Amino acid sequence: MNAGLDFRVERWTIASRAAIAAAAVIVLGLVVAPFVLGPGAMDRLTILFVYVILAAMWNALAGYAGLVSVGQQVFFGLGAYFTIRLADAGLNPFVSMVAAGLIVGLIALPLSFPMLRLRNGEFAIGMWVLAELTHLLVNLDTLVKGETGTSLISLNAFHAPLRRATIYWLALAAMVALLGGLFVLLRSRVGASIQAIRDNEEAAASVGVRVLSTKRLIFIFAAFGAAMAGALWLATALTFQPKAYFSVNWTAYMIFMVLVGGIGTFEGAILGAILFFLIETWFGSSGVWYLIGLGATALLFALLLPKGIWGEIERRWGLRLLPVGYRLNIRSLLGKDGAA
Amino acid sequence: MSALSIRTLNLHHGLLHAVRDLSLDLASGEVVALVGANGAGKTTLLRAIAGTHRPTSGSISFDGADITAVPVHRRVSLGIALVPEGRRLFAQMTVEENLKLGTMSGRPGQWTVDKVIETFPNLAARRTARAGTLSGGEQQATAIGRALMSNPSLLLLDEVSLGLSPIAVDSVYESLSELMRSGTTILLVEQDLARAMRVASRVVCLLEGRVALEGDTASLPRERVTEAYFGLNHQRVVA
Amino acid sequence: MMNSLIQGILLGGYYALIASGLTFMFSVMRIINLAHGSLAVVAAYALFALAKNLGVSPFTGLLIVLPLMAIAGFLLQRFVLDRSLRAGALVPILATFGLAIVLDNTLFEIFGANTTSLAPFVGSLSYDSIELPGGIYVGVLAVYIFATAVVVLVGLQLLLSFTPIGRAIRATSEDPDTAGLVGINARLMTATAAAIALVTVGIAGAALGMRGTFDAYSGGAQLLFAFEAAVIGGAGSVWGTLLGGIVLALAQSFGAQISPLGFLIAGHAVFFLVLFVRLLLPRLAERMRRQA
Repeated sequence: MNAGLDFRVERWTIASRAAIAAAAVIVLGLVVAPFVLGPGAMDRLTILFVYVILAAMWNALAGYAGLVSVGQQVFFGLGAYFTIRLADAGLNPFVSMVAAGLIVGLIALPLSFPMLRLRNGEFAIGMWVLAELTHLLVNLDTLVKGETGTSLISLNAFHAPLRRATIYWLALAAMVALLGGLFVLLRSRVGASIQAIRDNEEAAASVGVRVLSTKRLIFIFAAFGAAMAGALWLATALTFQPKAYFSVNWTAYMIFMVLVGGIGTFEGAILGAILFFLIETWFGSSGVWYLIGLGATALLFALLLPKGIWGEIERRWGLRLLPVGYRLNIRSLLGKDGAA
Repeated sequence: MSALSIRTLNLHHGLLHAVRDLSLDLASGEVVALVGANGAGKTTLLRAIAGTHRPTSGSISFDGADITAVPVHRRVSLGIALVPEGRRLFAQMTVEENLKLGTMSGRPGQWTVDKVIETFPNLAARRTARAGTLSGGEQQATAIGRALMSNPSLLLLDEVSLGLSPIAVDSVYESLSELMRSGTTILLVEQDLARAMRVASRVVCLLEGRVALEGDTASLPRERVTEAYFGLNHQRVVA
Repeated sequence: MMNSLIQGILLGGYYALIASGLTFMFSVMRIINLAHGSLAVVAAYALFALAKNLGVSPFTGLLIVLPLMAIAGFLLQRFVLDRSLRAGALVPILATFGLAIVLDNTLFEIFGANTTSLAPFVGSLSYDSIELPGGIYVGVLAVYIFATAVVVLVGLQLLLSFTPIGRAIRATSEDPDTAGLVGINARLMTATAAAIALVTVGIAGAALGMRGTFDAYSGGAQLLFAFEAAVIGGAGSVWGTLLGGIVLALAQSFGAQISPLGFLIAGHAVFFLVLFVRLLLPRLAERMRRQA
């Protein structure tokens, strides 16, 4: 029989240990950054954190649960909307932001029941319809004053540099927590289920993976994350105009980040967010050409490089920085067949 | 000139080497039975001839022309028709529609919907029934009829007896008997060895992707075929 | 009351028209083309450009635009849908969404932010009306559009059911592998189906432009209307699409009477209502899922 098959199942590699260490260093650096950075840079970094959150959440939904949503802006907008509402009701604005995120996560639960029954394209557009409907309903709220919008006025009560720093830290904390939560989730038993679903839903179901509840979990998680992102965006922008928050352009950004970065890979979402941030910094003011460029790039990646940049890197060199999977390390080859 | 000529054909399913360096010739009008255990490569070989399985290496020639690179739908217009394993009818479409689809290639010939129904009388009552509602025997008849509608000069039959009751199998083969005398070249895969040797003039036995034995059914003793089928007296080559 | 009812039914004809291409493409290729609405707007702008710059009436313009749409459909299938489908079932959604963004913003770049209409170029057609018994007036154009929708839907159904190409398309959508085995060029069939779908999109674009206004970003809304009509009616059924369009339009008309925002809200709401009801009736849901 098999002689001398020596193997180990590993989670960590040298590269991944190095990556986690580097990530820890970077996060520490980011934490102390407000003490050295100017206001403009802090605002930009906050925005980068929001992009990372959006990319990671959309990737979790599409890349892991296989649910492509063209309507995640519904949660983004609702996160901002509930923040406005709660702050208006007297709650501390920062508390409102987190509370808004939690409320949206709660709303996502009953929503998941009808929405998750939809497949593929139907789910995609169904979420878009949901976003449109929600946008219209939010417009009905007199506080919002229709498309004119309103502002997170209560934030103005805070001293500007402190406000800016607090928003920055909140954004950083949210990003780290959400990414960390996703990381832990992916390494857990649920994570194995998630990746099984990503790779082959039917096969996963056949080995007992509870596909629907796993998808529901990711749906709610992604909703919560998007809502936090929306609340944070509101905090930096201060104004809330429904049209800006419920715009389908947000989906365009999310799709761009995840497609270009690498769909279904943890690192890819982060890479995509960074790339998008850079492109937006340089070209964001180019008006429609910027959007045309985004759309064309997304289209080209979908056609030519559907795995994204990180996906290609993973494919060619097997490089995986964040240990969310398992590696089979075979020490020796099969021995000779011992039968006569 | 042989109707079908295969030279050192290699076929893979992913990493699995299904057909190894296979060479085979079929003369025009011959009825050849392809036998072998499951996994011997028979279905893969038929699919490669029909054009739905791309060879890793080797060549296939039909009526003297190299068709290795010809796409599947064009091979039908050249005269090759496959009745696939498991029938693969269009279940949502009626029997008649399935048959009419066979004319897409536009090859001239004697086969019409009426002639097919004449050949397979059990279809007469089921003409407008959806193919998904047919019995096994009726489905097989429809699948063969569909292939015949393209007026093939080479008909490939993959396990027509699969999943059918013995009576249904008899019925199918009876309907095919005239076809087998008509001059169409036929290559059929058949699990039932006795039946295969009864209808075919030549038998080719595959084992692990290679030709283990071939010869005229008239002169080949059954036992030799059985031995080749199961790989007895076969030296295993260690990689 | 009766008036709103009839207006609603006629508007439903427009929705059915724009939904027809979407459901056709979906039933054949199992793809939902997110650029659907944007392509209709492209057709509308093309007709507008022909009318404004060359004085070509939109009806005559269709003779130029529809063949171009057919070619576009062909190219769309060969270069976008085919490729992206091979990468995975979800990739066509991303690819067509990217395409929609490109189309919308390119139209904005070329034609600017102003809302446009084809109405000025069709003479009195856009406001002519005829009187029905009972003193009800209906727009001539609305009736034409409704009639066109019926013709298109019936035409598509006849094509699929009774023509060799229709059979080939149905076979390809059911089992592309085996379709090849019977001599059908599967890629050619899906490309033809896409071409046909885009011709209907072109007709819908003309209807959109004639009956009202549009701008570079109208594509998204049109896609949603088409999708809602298709889903309400039961994706995959031709008559269902007509019914779906009518239900959507009636809901919208009803909503409009309550509040100006009610038009759109009621439409979206009835979409979710129908979806929800269908989920509560599992037997119906199974049948819908098997059809789609």
